[in-house]
Formats: sequence, structure tokens, C-alpha cells
Amino acid sequence: MSRAAFASVAPAEVVRPEVVVEPDVPWVTIVWNDPVNLMSYVTYVFMEYFHYDRAEAERLMMAVHHEGRAVVSNGTREEMERDVTAMHGYGLWATVQKDD
Amino acid sequence: MARVVVDTQPQRRVEVSLEPVEVGLLASIAAQIAAFVAPDEDVDPLVALVGLDPQAVAPEDPALKRLLPDAYADDAEASDRFRRFTERDLRERKRAAAAMVSDALAPLGTQAGGTIELSGPEVDQWLGFLNDARLTIGARLDVTEENHEALAALPDDDPRAGMYAVYDWLTYVQDATVTGLID
Repeated sequence: MSRAAFASVAPAEVVRPEVVVEPDVPWVTIVWNDPVNLMSYVTYVFMEYFHYDRAEAERLMMAVHHEGRAVVSNGTREEMERDVTAMHGYGLWATVQKDD
Repeated sequence: MARVVVDTQPQRRVEVSLEPVEVGLLASIAAQIAAFVAPDEDVDPLVALVGLDPQAVAPEDPALKRLLPDAYADDAEASDRFRRFTERDLRERKRAAAAMVSDALAPLGTQAGGTIELSGPEVDQWLGFLNDARLTIGARLDVTEENHEALAALPDDDPRAGMYAVYDWLTYVQDATVTGLID
């Protein structure tokens, strides 16, 4: 992610986790770091769409920023596909996977 | 320079005051993004009506791929299935956001500056549009977390310098809007 002040930070390292195939594990929505999206905007989206309070939204945003990705919601596959669709609407880079 | 004023009470309202050159710039970007994300019109009308895209595949253009990403990180088949069911609607929503910005700018003309006022769902459309524009230009410039300073320092005669100036301006406007909403 990018700060509005254009500070240089760690690269978006894409770690592709292995999906564990089990019938009953819940699914998760993952948001990935990218070099364009603003930290302020990512925080805003988490507050706006997931209704997280500001502290939680910022914690998740920083997790995306520093760890390259973060789980932002969990539930059924259908619910997670809905969340991913919403994230793509906002322009965040998000994927669905089974919870590992 | 554009000026952004945000009210959150009694309801969410964003006012963006623009110089004449900024009105023209924003109108041009909105038209380009609307065209860039537009879904394929050359499909069976019934298919379009129900929002399906049986032919949808991941875009090859990196900018378009970033606007319409895969929904599964390591399952191409699931990503393609998801794309067939959702991509047309996502494209339509992105196009509608850009069209909303075009419509808001239209009364201003391009000879004079002026103020656009956005409220309710238009605020998220505005932010989504600015983000799509930044993602598109960012992909064209190959923006990384390390090269912001190098791009900002490009000489004026480098063709990327003008594009980066636009990117930088969009960043300023988006951040001013978001900061006003969450602070």
C-alpha cells in the first residue's frame, strides 16, 4: 500500500498459501497488499463495508501492509465470494480460500 | 489545486472545487475509465440481461487484470467460474461510477473551474472511480512500493512524468476525501 506522502515501504510479496481441502472448514476472504492502494483508503473500506471500528480497520490494514495479506472476514463460501466481489468493487485485491 | 471539503453530519457530503484544467482532466479520465471497463456489448441480450458472461476470461492487460482480479489465488477453474458469474456486474458498477463523475462534471464545462457536490452512494462511487483511475495509471507506470520517488523525480521531457503528475494529483484528491470521511 501507499501512503499519500509516497513513503517507500516493503514490496508486496505474494505468498500463495496452500489450500487445505477439508469438507467443513470455513472460508475466508483475504486482502493482499498492493503498491497503489492508499493506507487511508484501505482503512476506510474496512470500516465502511465490514463495519469494523477504526482501531480494528487500521490493525487489519497494517497487517495487509506488513505481512502482505490479511484475513478480513470468514464464513461460508457464498458469503466470502460476496465479500470478495465487494472488495473488487472498491478496487482492493482480494481472494477467497478455505481457512487454513 | 483542487480543494476537497467533507461533511459527515447530518449526512455525508463531499464538495470538490476544481480549477478549469482539473475539470478537463477529470472528465477525460472518467471517459477513459468508463470505456476501459465497459463490458462486451456483443453478447446475447438475454445473457447480458441476467449478468452472465459465459466467455469471460482473465484479462491479459495488466491494468484491466488489476481492476478485475481473479477471486481465487491458486484455483484458475474457480476463478474463471466466478468471473463468468460476476465480472459483467463488476464492470457495470465501475462504469457507472465513472459515468456518475462525468455527469457531475458536465454542467461545469471545461472552460471554467467549479465545484461538484457528491452525497450518499455517490461518495463511494467517487472514491471507487479515483481508485480505479489510480490502479490503471499505476499499472501503466509500473508503480511499486519502491519507485514513487524515482517516478516523482522524472525529468519533464520523460513521457511518464506527465502521467505520474496525474497519478499524484489523483492520490491527493482521494486521500483528502478519505481523510475527511474518517477523521
